[in-house]
Amino acid sequence: MGALQSLHGRPEYLDLAEKTGFSFEQIRVLHERFKQLSHNEETLRRSHFNEIPDLACNPIRAQIIEAFFDRRNYHQNGEGTVEEIGFEEFLVVMSHFRPPSLHMTEEQRENVRREKLRFVFNMHDTDNDGTITLEEYRHVVEELLSRSGALEKETAKSIADAAMLEVASISMGHMEPDEFYEGITFEHFLKLLDGFEIESRMNIRFLNMDTSTLCK
Amino acid sequence: MPSRSGSQRPPGSGRSSPERGLLLLLLLLVLLPLGDASSAGVGHQEHAGNHTAANGRHNFTKKPFPVLSLDYHHIQTPFEISLWVLLASLMKLGFHLIPRLSNIVPESCLLIVVGLLVGGLIKLAGEKVPPVLDSRLFFLCLLPPIILDAGYFLPIRPFMENIGTILMFAVVGTLWNAFFIGGILYAVCQSQPDLNKLSLLPCLLFGSIVSAVDPVAVLAVFEEIHINELLHILVFGESLLNDAVTVVLYHLFDEYSAAGPVTVLDAFLGVISFLVVALGGVLVGAIYGFLSAFTSRFTSHTRVIEPLFVFVYSYMAYLSAEMFHLSGIMALISCGAVMRPYVEANISHKSHTTIKYFLKMWSSVSETLIFIFLGVATVDGPHSWNWIFVTVTVILCLVARVIGVIGLTYIINNFRIVKLTTKDQFIIAYGGLRGAIAFSLGFLLDDGRFPMREMFLTAIITVIFFTVFVQGMTIKPLVELLAVKKKQEAKRTINEEIHTQFLDHLLTGIEDICGHYGHHHWKDKLNRFNKKYVKKCLIVGERSKEPQLIAFYHKMEMKQAIELVESGGGVKMPSAVPSTVSMQNIQPKKPPPAKSAERSLPQLPKGREEEIRKILRSNLQKTRQRLRSYNRHTLVVDPYEDGFGDLLIKKQKMIELEKKIKEMNNYLTVPAAPPDSPTMCRARLASGRDTDFKPAEQQRGNKICADPQAYSVKQSSDSVPTIQVDLASPQSPDSVNVMDEFRRAKQQQEEEEEYQGLMMKPPQGPSGPNKPGEADTTRDPQKLTRCLSDPGPSADEDEDEPFLS
Repeated sequence: MGALQSLHGRPEYLDLAEKTGFSFEQIRVLHERFKQLSHNEETLRRSHFNEIPDLACNPIRAQIIEAFFDRRNYHQNGEGTVEEIGFEEFLVVMSHFRPPSLHMTEEQRENVRREKLRFVFNMHDTDNDGTITLEEYRHVVEELLSRSGALEKETAKSIADAAMLEVASISMGHMEPDEFYEGITFEHFLKLLDGFEIESRMNIRFLNMDTSTLCK
Repeated sequence: MPSRSGSQRPPGSGRSSPERGLLLLLLLLVLLPLGDASSAGVGHQEHAGNHTAANGRHNFTKKPFPVLSLDYHHIQTPFEISLWVLLASLMKLGFHLIPRLSNIVPESCLLIVVGLLVGGLIKLAGEKVPPVLDSRLFFLCLLPPIILDAGYFLPIRPFMENIGTILMFAVVGTLWNAFFIGGILYAVCQSQPDLNKLSLLPCLLFGSIVSAVDPVAVLAVFEEIHINELLHILVFGESLLNDAVTVVLYHLFDEYSAAGPVTVLDAFLGVISFLVVALGGVLVGAIYGFLSAFTSRFTSHTRVIEPLFVFVYSYMAYLSAEMFHLSGIMALISCGAVMRPYVEANISHKSHTTIKYFLKMWSSVSETLIFIFLGVATVDGPHSWNWIFVTVTVILCLVARVIGVIGLTYIINNFRIVKLTTKDQFIIAYGGLRGAIAFSLGFLLDDGRFPMREMFLTAIITVIFFTVFVQGMTIKPLVELLAVKKKQEAKRTINEEIHTQFLDHLLTGIEDICGHYGHHHWKDKLNRFNKKYVKKCLIVGERSKEPQLIAFYHKMEMKQAIELVESGGGVKMPSAVPSTVSMQNIQPKKPPPAKSAERSLPQLPKGREEEIRKILRSNLQKTRQRLRSYNRHTLVVDPYEDGFGDLLIKKQKMIELEKKIKEMNNYLTVPAAPPDSPTMCRARLASGRDTDFKPAEQQRGNKICADPQAYSVKQSSDSVPTIQVDLASPQSPDSVNVMDEFRRAKQQQEEEEEYQGLMMKPPQGPSGPNKPGEADTTRDPQKLTRCLSDPGPSADEDEDEPFLS
């Protein structure tokens, strides 16, 4: 397939490809999608995301959309949120879901793992303070269960509490009765999901995305 | 006859010494064939004196009434079957008495050797070896339990995630093997003078018989090496799904081997037939699965026969599929996999255990018998050894497998996210064991149309022996050598479950944003469909609405509760890391609000808190764990607890309270956990007793829910404090506040295990409040389950004892 062809007229793809690791074909397809979502404007806003019908029944829709507008995910050490994003930011967020390549060193694999876990961590840590507090975690579980009716609020709380206790047990080991576990830091989070193999699970196949089947 | 009574001698019970065990096994081995051998002789005595009809003609010849007579023929068949089963089971026992041996040699090998021995002994005794590996017996009785066990407990998630790879290996891999082996064998045979009457089609037929990886052998060997889940599911899934290919190829070549050359039309029909066989099998299984799930919806009153439905429906699925020459194995797998989530939501916990153990038992015995019979059948023959044929077959099997795996992996890796490494490929290739299915299929061949049948059988047996012995024995050291990733024994934690769900939704969302209808999208759609329509239909009551996370959570709690009870409560909860982190470390300390509308439990002044804590710690430390066993689900009272007698009185009161609870609609009837065990459950701050609490909101009249873990500790001379539960009044309506209070109450307690205290499903109502129930799943709504571990609110609050005085 023409790598030359895809480059034709799109020199900026080179830059993006380097930054995000996508291939030209994938960038082209994603750009098509971007234009479709934003109605051919230059930037995407939250309202554009809200228009996607399939996303409506997703319980964690709000968090996913927020993740796109969260500066922490742009790899530029920024903080806070933005109101609208360009294609570059869109692509950078999407790059978190690239599968790791076959030939990777242990270190590279570890980096990929950290990056993906950081993304998830940022989604949980909504107030940007670097820890996931009990309240935030409760919110996560509640959202997950939000489709099952209001009855589950208490269960959600207890599940979140149980999970938090587990994190504390794993990370802290021993705590005095009057110590207070502030929240899950990123290091604790890493330790918690040690066996989770997120680098092989948090991936989308960007291989054969046919723009004609784009849902809208 | 001495042998008869001898064979009924019970095996050495209670003898733990391996040598004696071995001796007994040998003894039984000797007796079994003798038992078989003498059956023929004794048969003639059957009519000895028992039948008046025989005597009818000679009714004037009055013999003395036979006090004791022998009639072996009467019970011959079941007796022999039982003897075989007993032999199989004793063998299994025996091997585990000799740990060194079972570490080196896999069980399957040992069993084949035993079979060889038994067969040899029977032959020595001059008797005809019973045709034990008769194809009908094998396919209808011995194989289904193993497959059902595999199918019912199939880990669906990894299976579905790798289904593409598995299908590739199963279908394309088996086809490649069959044609490669058959073709090359034909070429070799043509060049041999004595073999060149073998035409192409029989060779291809032979190739297709011998090329299929056998699930029984794979299970037997892989079970002992504990490799990681991915490899296990790949090889095992392949062995299950290649049944369809084998069935089609076998029938195709069988039909046409006599009828002349195979045309293109026949080949085309073969492909169609394959689709019909495979999909038809799955469909039949799914239908029976849904039927079974639907039936289980109505079994709430007849719990005892629940397991029966599972077994019978599955077996019928198998038989129905076999009736149409569809793939019985695939039917069985799909039946088990389809019905499991629904059936498990409907049946009681005891039934679940029963099903699990029966399946394991039957499949274990079946597997043992199959290997023993394989040994016996080997001795039986008939054999026709042909060096060239056999060696070429063995070599070709290996080569074909290796080439097939390498080639397929090369193609598959383009589509996989987690690529298969060389090590993986090696294990997959090496794990392609052949087993009894191949032998039975060969046995089924018609002697008339296949004059070379005996040679085929010999070759098949040789291949089986080679794979099981050589590959089976060496795979374990090779796995160690290559440092293949092993199975992770870690328990599934709630955090992982939360994140699994989270990730599912996240990936689905991203796919939707990309506009890409991928893997996750369809899975999500299926889940939603399942939840909306199917579950409502097949699962009884409220559980149909239960989201997976909550179901997982409850299951986990229950498991831990049961573990605790079983371990006598003295063992520390098997948490990931032993720690002293408790609930209070997590709860943010909020000051109690001043408003009276807010029901908050008072904060103890620091000094008081310390005192309480110290007392609790010193007295309750050891018994805190035992506490857990007294939550709502594990209602086993430990009669050896100290002060048990005193607590009977308490129990009495609790029972009365429970009765009151029944009237309340907000609370669930919980089998009375004897919260009166001396150790008691968590300290619960009573409301508004004369302590330094903030009494305002905490008066009796206030609607305060009972602490689920309410307990009372008797005041005794050794200064164990009596902490009494203040049971809330019956009218307390608001669950949410209850929860808050509960949460706060817990702040004061030391809890290590969160799970116990949290929402769990109460055991089922009908089991009665007083019966120590099992952790039956309940139909009741989950909302206020937490409230009720103990009898709960009492209108009659005079039972309260002073809190801490």
